[in-house]
This record gives sequence, structure tokens and C-alpha cells, in this order.
Amino acid sequence: MTDIASPVALRARAEGLGGHLPPLLAEAEHLAATVMLGEHGRRRAGMGDEFWQYRPAHAGDEARGIDWRRSARSDAHFVREKEWQAAQSVSLWIDMAQSMAFSGVKGRVEKIDRARVLGLAVAVLLARAGERVGLADGSLAPRSGMAQVMRLAEVLAVDGAADYGTPAARAVVPFGRALFISDFMGDIGAVEAALTRAADQGVRGALVQVLDPVEEAFPFDGRTVFESLGGTLRRETMKAGDLRGRYIARLAARKDRLAELARLTGWQFSVHHTDEAAAGALLWIYRALERRV
Amino acid sequence: MWLIGPIGFAIPGLLLALVALPALWILLRAVPPAPIRRRFPGVALLLGLDDEKAETDRTPWWLLLLRMLAVAAAIVAFAGPVLHPDRRASGSGPLLVVIDGTWADARDWPQRMDRVQTVLTEAGRAGRPVAVVSLTGLPSGEVAFQTATAWTSRLSGLRPMPWVPDAAAVVAWANTLTGRFDSYWISDGLAHEGRAAVLDALQGHGAVTVWQSAHPVYALRPAVFKDGKVEVRVARDTAAGAAEVTVVAHGPDPGGTDRDLARATAAFKASDLEATAVLDLPSELRNRVNRFEVLGQHSAGAVSLTDDALKRRKVALIAGVRDREGLELLSPLHYLREALKPSADVIEGNFTDLVQADPNVIILADVAKLSPEESATLLAWVNKGGMLLRFAGPRMAESDISRDAEDPLMPVRLRVGGREVGGAMSWGQPKLLRPFPESSPFYGLTIPPDVTVNEQVMAQPDPTLAARTIASLADGTPLVTRKAVGRGAVVLFHVTANAEWSTLPLSGLFVQMLDRLAVSTRPARPTVPEMAGTTWVPLKQLDGFGVLHGASQSAGVAGEALLAATAGPKVPPGIYGAQDRRLALNVVTDTTEIAPAVWPRGVVVEGAVASHEVNLKGGVLVGALVVLLLDLLASLWLSGRLRGLGAGAAVVALALSVPGQGRADDAFALQATHGVVLAHVLTGDARVDQLAQAGLLGLSSVLTARTSVEPDPPMAVNIETDDLSLFPFLYWPITATEPLPSQKAYAKLNDYLRSGGMILFDTRDADLGDFGAATPNGQRLQAIAVGLDIPPLEVVPKDHVLTRSFYLLQDFPGRFDSRNVWIEAAPPGVAKAEGMPFRDLNDGVSPVVIGGNDWASAWAVDANGASLYPVGRGNAGERQREISYRFGINLIMYVLTGNYKSDQVHVPALLQRLGQ
Repeated sequence: MTDIASPVALRARAEGLGGHLPPLLAEAEHLAATVMLGEHGRRRAGMGDEFWQYRPAHAGDEARGIDWRRSARSDAHFVREKEWQAAQSVSLWIDMAQSMAFSGVKGRVEKIDRARVLGLAVAVLLARAGERVGLADGSLAPRSGMAQVMRLAEVLAVDGAADYGTPAARAVVPFGRALFISDFMGDIGAVEAALTRAADQGVRGALVQVLDPVEEAFPFDGRTVFESLGGTLRRETMKAGDLRGRYIARLAARKDRLAELARLTGWQFSVHHTDEAAAGALLWIYRALERRV
Repeated sequence: MWLIGPIGFAIPGLLLALVALPALWILLRAVPPAPIRRRFPGVALLLGLDDEKAETDRTPWWLLLLRMLAVAAAIVAFAGPVLHPDRRASGSGPLLVVIDGTWADARDWPQRMDRVQTVLTEAGRAGRPVAVVSLTGLPSGEVAFQTATAWTSRLSGLRPMPWVPDAAAVVAWANTLTGRFDSYWISDGLAHEGRAAVLDALQGHGAVTVWQSAHPVYALRPAVFKDGKVEVRVARDTAAGAAEVTVVAHGPDPGGTDRDLARATAAFKASDLEATAVLDLPSELRNRVNRFEVLGQHSAGAVSLTDDALKRRKVALIAGVRDREGLELLSPLHYLREALKPSADVIEGNFTDLVQADPNVIILADVAKLSPEESATLLAWVNKGGMLLRFAGPRMAESDISRDAEDPLMPVRLRVGGREVGGAMSWGQPKLLRPFPESSPFYGLTIPPDVTVNEQVMAQPDPTLAARTIASLADGTPLVTRKAVGRGAVVLFHVTANAEWSTLPLSGLFVQMLDRLAVSTRPARPTVPEMAGTTWVPLKQLDGFGVLHGASQSAGVAGEALLAATAGPKVPPGIYGAQDRRLALNVVTDTTEIAPAVWPRGVVVEGAVASHEVNLKGGVLVGALVVLLLDLLASLWLSGRLRGLGAGAAVVALALSVPGQGRADDAFALQATHGVVLAHVLTGDARVDQLAQAGLLGLSSVLTARTSVEPDPPMAVNIETDDLSLFPFLYWPITATEPLPSQKAYAKLNDYLRSGGMILFDTRDADLGDFGAATPNGQRLQAIAVGLDIPPLEVVPKDHVLTRSFYLLQDFPGRFDSRNVWIEAAPPGVAKAEGMPFRDLNDGVSPVVIGGNDWASAWAVDANGASLYPVGRGNAGERQREISYRFGINLIMYVLTGNYKSDQVHVPALLQRLGQ
């Protein structure tokens, strides 16, 4: 970042971003299109634009609330009710740490790319539905409209520098919704803290753990030196095969812990593997965010 | 050369390097395998986990052993190991190389010449004078011992001869030899007369070494006719296990080019010395065969030339009346001519000329009177082996030939007049033929039902009549009679040779009967008196390799001599001709003995199978390489890098194991029949196939949860290669680019539809257009369905079983909700009974259900059981998904239980549930 000011470097970076952004956005839009939800109403009467129902007028209804066109067709007076549409704030945390830039097999999508696409697709869906979307770490305040998706895409296009990501829930909007997408390989304490903090503020949401199948299966043998992608962690073993059972147990424990945390805080938890279709995960996320408390 | 047991080493000094191996052991042992570096995010979870047991940093002993083995093998290889090193004492003094030079040598002549060349080279190196002698081409004077190089240039002139050495001449020659010399005898491996005497003579002058090939010698005996087929016997010298040899019949094709006309195999059992090849040739082809050969044996003994014995027969036709002008079809000879032309040389003319032409068969059609001279000539000819075939006719019926006494040229006595049955002026039906008895030459021929006889001449009942009758009518009266006369025979057809008296000449049976009769008159080998005074000129000659050459400038051979001769330098084998007759003189006759040569004890016999020195260097080096490869694999395995490699090897092994196909099929069938399996047709579009798979998985799990149908995981079916009959139900999503099934696949699909299978066609486009040809998928479905046996269709009626087979339904939505779902139309005229909610449609399960609602998308779930695709909006969408599952359940119930729910028994319960 030292030469960020140099015009050449700036331009190269911009072009890199520009080259990356349209396909990412297009993919996210495409993914969102498979869900085809459009604007989703709240299925209750309230403030909004969409027609919900006619009901007979009670005492206390304002005269201007009466729908004269409907009332003229019968003897009673009817009030035209609109569907309740409350724009919610949804805070995203997409783990951009280096550990996410991993793919177990050549040609398989990296975890970070899948996380990005899922996050953006959710953002597209939410923006279409009129919700406000922002980032949980405060770098992008919740706003509505498709322009916000563009801004999100720009922010998300930049990979993080940390080895393992830690969720930051400092900017979640109270009583809003949140979505955390990560591999949750890092410190579980940070996740716990962030979730607790969010829950204290009445935030409900979803945790999506994105894993590569290799991370589930641990298909290694022999003398191996394991290194984290950032290079900060290193572990050498003479017989990787012997570690398999215990690794898998630890991973299961990690998942159980996350599910437990989610249960305690009223969140939803799901695991998504990068060899599966993204559409299923998106559908799950959308439903999880839509669920009423 | 240094020897350990049977192995010698060219450079034994190199073996000293083996001493250095222990040092290598210590060196290698200190170096542990290198670790692999892996970047792996899960390392965070690994922290704090200890290795279960501290592995030594040293290479395991067996890997070391493997490496030592590789190095040791390499050292041994470079020391030049040789198995059975050639330690023959090279001897001294003159060397006589004796070659049999017979036809039996010809099969591997080049190898024999190589052997001779080697012997000459060795002798040349040792400075020994050499002489080479072929026993079939003995030198006229003294054996001249010369330098090896002088003989080397002359070797190419040596040729195997198509005969065996003349025993007397060879023994006489051997006895003239003088001086001391060693002998090297290249033997053909067969026992020949005088061999022992020659061996004795040679042993009198010095050591004798014999070389002979271990391969069996095959010889072909002359072909013979048996039961209308050509039989060729193949002989071999030793019963060397079971073997099959191919016998090829050669001859000119219609264009005159020499080709192989037919092939047959002769199978030797393990202990057989002879085997027979049977060639069933049409007569046209048989006539053209000029020689038989054992395939792959290029020797004169493996060639059998054919002569007149296999040639066309000559048939003379004589009619009682000259052809009537313009009435060709009434000519007594017309049908005979037509019948015989393809397979025989038909000659016609006046009587004297014809008899002189010496035909094989003379046919007299309705000839009653013969002059005494003619009778006498004819009788003599028949006695010699001629075949006289006579046909009856009005003239014969009118004449008194063979009436009171049997005419020598008639097989039976005849009654006055003839018999007329079924004609315009007589009672009764035309007579049919009785099936031929086993003793008849016609036995086995099928009698066409349209062969009838209206008129015939009648035989006088006689004690001999039954024996002479070879064909008779249904009522037992003789139709064809035969009598042996001398070496020949007289045959009488009691009907005319034209269609006047019977329809026999019009039928194919006539031709077959003539063929049967004519085959039984094969000319035998000419007799000595017959050959007396004739001179035979060689037309073709056979060389030692079994190749036919034109023979020119050769003197004629007297007939008697030729008949008695065996092939030799004076009478070389080949084809001899005199006038228009042909006689083949073969190298191997019926009586030629084919036996292996027997050598007395004490004679050194070398052969192709004798222990030869084998250079082991290459083998040991390859062994070292293999061990190194193993080491490589083991090292990879130790360091954990073999995982991907193992999978690759498995794939390669699978690809290589072609016989594994059957097992794969079995596995497929087992998987499909282990339980109920829903299947989808592979469309070639991976995304659609995945969707179908996920859809059926969803339907299967819903079925398992709600009903007693508990399907196994769904399978994909390739309609081109897989067995469809294993599946009760196929889901077939249509894509616009789907290829049309092949003819075979269509046959399978139609079979499947007819035998109770059901296919759910899904065009997946009900959102785009109404069902039909409006969409690309609909058009594709129409194209695919053209070849299918699909009954008339209708939109599912409201009272169809499908609407109540499990759930009560009226809509069949998938991801789309279109009412246009088509099913086999109900038979016309079925009306609803009074008071019944349903029509009584008790029969038939529709073989197809066709729609476009994209059911798979609505059913599809992922591995966790979560829906893959959204349906509709909100709760209404979920309701639609639920109904689509219900449709799926109803459909599978309909497939599995048929019209069970259409049974009237269920009506009260259904009525109750419907609230009526």
C-alpha cells in the first residue's frame, strides 16, 4: 500500500478491480435471478405501496382512507389497506481473509469467491426487495438501492490481509438482520463475541460456514508440513494420515459449537461446500433472513 | 568367461562392486523422505495435536532393501550374465555339412540356411575346410572340402526339392566317402529310408552332430470325395498336442486369377497323427479347385494338387426324336440341358461320336430302340464304369423293350403300355412322391408338394424290384430304378425328361436328383490298362516350396510309369496331361509315411528348442528398472503423494479391463433391482441430468417418508446402452438439443413401453407456451416421439386414477402449474354409470405421461434435503411444491399399483372422503 499514490499502481489496481467486478456482479445477479423473488411484502397490513386488502371502515378511520371507488360498488364503506413494507437493515460480514482463498482441487472455485458471490447475490435480492444492505464492520453503512450493490462489490473485491478473519459486529444496526459468511477456521472466541454483541442488540441473522470438501475429508498422508495460507501457522507431521480422525473430530466440534452459538443467540447456521451449487445455499440464506423472529 | 551354475559372466570383475553395497546401505539409511509442503487453512485446527507415535526419521528397511536390490541388479547386469553359455568345443579338421534338402525342409528353409551359415562361419573362424552336400542333389564327383567363404557364396543356390532322397543313391554315395571329417547334419526331421546306413557311413569318418527343428511337419494327402463333400486329410510327424491347421482350396476365379476359394480347418486332438478337413463346396467352385494347401506351411508336401477327380463331369445327351422345331419346351432334352449346364459339361451329337468322347454319364431320353452295335458299345462303356441314365416316354411305353426278358441296359422289366393317373381321361388324382428311403441315393432331399406324376411306365413285379427301386410314388409304384452293371450302373426314370408326364422336371428336386446321381459316378483313378500306351506331358511342376510353375522342355512320361511313380527327380510332382485328361502327381500320397526321424543313442541332436545361450543382461537391467519403479511408487506412498496416483491407476485399470464390462453390467442390474429405483434418462445436458437426479432424489425421500414405497437412490439411464426393463418408471426431461435415439434404442424403448414401463416426458417449458409444438423443447419431444409406440392421448380427465391413487388431486403442478398434462386416452364410449363418481376404466396403465411443468425442479433437493429451486412466491409457492410432491407420489403409486384405485371396491371410501 506504500505506492498506492503512484498513478501507475493506482490505475493497475483500478483495472484489476474493473476486470473483476462485472463478472462477479453478473454472477451474483444470475444467482439471484434463480430465486426470482422480486419485492417481498410483509404479508400484513401497514405502510407501503402495494395493495393488501379492502376492509370495512371502522369508526376512527380517516375519511381520506376510504376507497370511494370500492365503496361505491356496495352500501358499506371500505378502507383500502396497503401491505406493510418496512425496510430492514441487513449487515453482511463476508470473510475476506487469506484462509478463504483456498481451493482443494484445481478448477474448483475458491471459498472466497463462493462467499463473495453468495454475499452479493443476497445483496442483490435484498436491494431489489427495498431493504438496506451494509457491511457489519462499518466500512459501508446500510443503504438501499442497486447502487449500494455496486459499492458493496467494490469493497468485496479486495482480498483481506489477515490470515484468518474475525467478525466485526461493531456496526450492526440494532434490531436489524445480519449475515456472516466465513470458514470459521479462525479464533472461535471472536465469533462468539461478535454474535453475543449482535444478539444483545436484537440482531438476528444467519451464519454460513463455507468449506472446501478437502477440508472436510483431510485426504493427506505421509510426512507433511501444513502451512496456513498467510504463512503464520505451521505444523509438521510425520504421518498426516494419523491426524485425520482427530482433525475431523475437531472440525465437527467446531461446527457443533457454531450451531450451539446460533441456537443460543437465535441465529441460523448452515454449512455450504464449494462443490455444491450456490443456488441451494442462496435459497437457504434468503429464507433464514426472511424468517420472522 | 566365469561360471556360476548355468550362468556365466562376460565381465566378472564388475561383480566386485557388490562389496560396496553395505556402504550404500548406511548412506541411504541416514536420509529420511522429504516432507511435502501443503497450504491448508485447516491447520488452525491441527495445532495442539501430537503425532501418535514418533516416526523414525529414517528410511524404512524394506525400502532400503528395494534400493539395494535395484543397485545389485544393475551391477549384475553390467557384468554381462549369460544363461547356458555356448561352450561347444569347436573341433578341428574338415567339416561336412549334410542337408536333407527335402520338401519338409522347405517350411523353415531360411532358418536352416542361417544355421548352415553359422556353422560355416564358425568353421571359417577355426580355419576348417568345409563341404556342403544336399542329399536330394548329390554331387557327381568327390566331395570337395574348401574354405568356408567359398561355400558361403554358393549357399543361396541351394533349394529344397519336392521329393525325398533316393535311398539307394544316397547310401551308395555315402559309401564312397573317404578321409577323416566331422559331419553336421541338418535333418528335415522325417524318417527316410537309408538314413541309418548313411549315418553309419558318416560316423565311420568322424563325429556326427544332427540339427533338426522341433516344429511338427504337416503334409497334405490327396483330396477325396465323400458324401458330396471334399475331404482332405492332414498328416503330421509327431503327436505334439492339440492343434488346428487351416486348409485352403486354391483355384482360378472366373476372371482366371488364382485365389483361395475356400478354407476349412482340420483339428488335431492331442494324440492324433492325422486330421481331416471337410470342405463343402458348390460344384461350380469345386470344379475350379486346382490345389489344396496347408496355410502357412510353404512346402511341397503341404500342397495337394487335384486332377480330373474333382473336375466337371461330362454328360452326353441323346434323345429319341430330334428336337421338334419351335417347341423347345417340349424337347425331351430341354430340362436336362438346363439342369446340367451349370455343373457339368454337356455334349450332344450322334451316338458314335458321343461314346467316343468317353463321357461320365450318358443320358437317353425316351430312346427305346438301339442297334445291336450301339447296345454292345454302350454296355461295354457301362461295364467300364459309365453311368447310363434313361428316361421313359411315349416311345418306350409303346415299344416292347425289356418286356419279356430284362434288357441289360434297363434296370427292370416293363409292363405293356403305361399308366395314366389323374389325366383328363382317367379317374384318380395325380400321384405324389413317397419320401425317399434311407437306402436311396436321394435320401434326405425334400419333396416339393407340387411334384405330381400323371403318367408313367410300370415295372413288372420282380423279386429284385424292391432292391432296385430308389424312388417311388405314394402308392408304391417305382418311379426311379437302378441296377449295377459291371463297374457302372443303369438308372431309369419311369417318366419323361420333359413336363409331359410329370411336373418333376419343372421342380428343383429334379436338379438335386441329377446331382446326386451324377456325384456317385466320380471317375476313379485311371487303371493301368487304361494308361497303357499313353504319354503324359508335365503341364505344371511343383517346387520344394509348394509353388506351381509352368513346366516346359520336359520329356513325356509313359502312362504306366506315371501311375506307378512316386515323385522324384525323374518324375517331378506336378500336373500331367494327355489329350484332355489331367493327372496330378503329388509329393505326399495316401500311402506316404510321415514319421519322425529316429536317431540312435550317442548322436548329438541339436534343435531349435535345444538350450541356447541366453543373454541375461537386458532382462536383469529391466528387472533393475522395475525395482526402481517400485521404489518410486513406494517412496511416493510413504510421503503421501500417491492418493491421486492411485485413483489414476484405478481409472487406467478400469479402462484396460475390457472383460470388466460384464461385471459392470451386473453391478448396474444389481443396483437397479435391489429395490424400487426411480430413474431418469440421460439427456446429454449435464445441468438437466443433475436436476433430474436431484428431483428424483427429492421424490424418493418424500415417498419414503410418507408411503410404503421406499425407493433406493435414483439412477441415471443411458437409453442406448443400459437395460431399461429393470426400471418401473423413467423420468425423461426434454432439452431442445437432445440427440434422437438410435434404431436400437427405439426398439428398446418401444419394448419397454409395451411391457408395462412408464415414461414421464417433461418439456419443462409450461411457462413459455401451451403444450405442443410451440416451443423448441416441444418440437424436440415431437421429433423423439415419432419413433415411439405411443397410444392416442388426452388431457388427464377429472376421473382418472391418477387423481386419486394416493392423494385426491385435480392439479399436477411442478415448478409451473399448467393443466396440460397428457395421458393415454380412455377408450371411446365409456360412460359414467348412474350414481358413480368415476367412469369404469378398469384396464390399462398409460405408458406415458407428458407435460411441461418441470416437476424435477419442484422436487429437487440437495444432499441435506433442502430444496434447490424456489417454487412460486411465499406460502402459495410452498403449497405448489407440496402439491407437486403429491403428484409425484400419485404417479409412482399409479405406476406401481396400476389401476388398483380404480377398482369399485374403493368407491365407498373414496366417496366418503370426497364428502359426497
